[in-house]
Amino acid sequence: MVDFGFSLSPSSRIDLDEFDRKTFDRLLALEPDAKKCMECGSCSAVCTASRYTETSVRRALHALRNGCGAQAVEELKGCQFCGKCTMVCPRGINTRHLILSILKIYGAL
Amino acid sequence: MIYEGKQRIWSDYQKEIPDDHYFYVRSCIRQAFFTGSEVAFLDITRNRLGKDIFESEHHTTCGGIAYHSDTIPHETVMTIVARQFALMHKYGYENYVCSCITSFGVYAETLETWREFPELQAKIAEILMKTCRLEFAKPKYIVHASDLIFKFRYQIAARAVHKLVNVRTGKPLKVVEHIGCHYSKMFPSKGVGGAEYPYVLAGMVEAWGGEVVDYPERRHCCGFGFRQYFVQANRGYSLSNTHKKFESMEPYHPDCIVTNCPGCPYFLDRWQYVIAEQTGKTYGGDGRGIPVLTYEEMAGLVMGYDPWDLGLQTHQTPVESLLDKMGIVYDEKSKYLGKGGKDLGQPAHPSCLKI
Repeated sequence: MVDFGFSLSPSSRIDLDEFDRKTFDRLLALEPDAKKCMECGSCSAVCTASRYTETSVRRALHALRNGCGAQAVEELKGCQFCGKCTMVCPRGINTRHLILSILKIYGAL
Repeated sequence: MIYEGKQRIWSDYQKEIPDDHYFYVRSCIRQAFFTGSEVAFLDITRNRLGKDIFESEHHTTCGGIAYHSDTIPHETVMTIVARQFALMHKYGYENYVCSCITSFGVYAETLETWREFPELQAKIAEILMKTCRLEFAKPKYIVHASDLIFKFRYQIAARAVHKLVNVRTGKPLKVVEHIGCHYSKMFPSKGVGGAEYPYVLAGMVEAWGGEVVDYPERRHCCGFGFRQYFVQANRGYSLSNTHKKFESMEPYHPDCIVTNCPGCPYFLDRWQYVIAEQTGKTYGGDGRGIPVLTYEEMAGLVMGYDPWDLGLQTHQTPVESLLDKMGIVYDEKSKYLGKGGKDLGQPAHPSCLKI
């Protein structure tokens, strides 16, 4: 093997054919309001934890829609459940409860 | 869609390409990478098709490599471009044809900048006069050399000695066409078919008997990217882009790849060796790679040029599999002989990619 000083980077492409929807469907059955999210980012803008950690509800929901459950859990690990995100959601989603459900269903709690 | 409506929309994607009388500028890197391409272009257009293509030894680089590497400012590039255009005017030409896609993008960007900021154009004209004593001028038409070959594709087809057809099976060869990003992605109106339906290479392939492969990553960048490649640590990005394209085209079993950019054929050709060394995978079947050609090389093969006169022996991925399919007779012994029979030396054998 020749050492070129650089190598192939793994592909970040998401294969939706290999997306296991069962876990995501369980979440939607419990939290149908999750479908309403338009990823506006209001929740992330007011998030206290996001200032000091990688916490982002918007990114977490985006990751879930693309079949990346583990990444979503990582995004929500810093949540302190203060509920400020729920107060500002323009779609009226109970984001605090949604975060709790995501962490339970995806095995972090 | 209603047929007339479709026709009208398609007309927006067309480009006016004058028939004759061009001022030709070469590429900095193509002469080193693909040694016979520009010579073939000049021979085909001048001697076979009888066109007036003028070339001056006084023209220089367009400055594109330095510009895209952030080592010179835009004003410097514009002055270099203004000098090229001034030379064209000095020799009595209005039509400008360039060999390089990066240059083509730089020229299109410069002309657009001058159109939008006339005060900048006046400043560059003044700098040009002070530094070079040349009169400022702009070309009436600016085309890429592949536009010209596209325009004359049927005339070339009429003179064809070989077709893009497998002589054993009689079926059209499957050709992947790859357009350089700076051809029409930045200024869609400057390219045949715009950014969405670039037809410049597909038109040549179809006119010469081949079949264009439509694969998922067809419009993905080859991965060159000046900043990706120039820093060794970043070359993995470049390699990964090319790898993505090869993985995408592999199921369609292409017979060859044709490109119209200096960087694309280089990377699609050379990275096949690097991918083979790093992963052990080859894409051409039987441990071989997929031959990569420039459009001039493809036109040259169709018109019956000797493959070694076209410089095909300098490719990393051997082209013999394609020559055999097209029924082109070649002399294996003279592959590495230069002008006057001078021995060019033999390349080293890679451990995976068969040559």
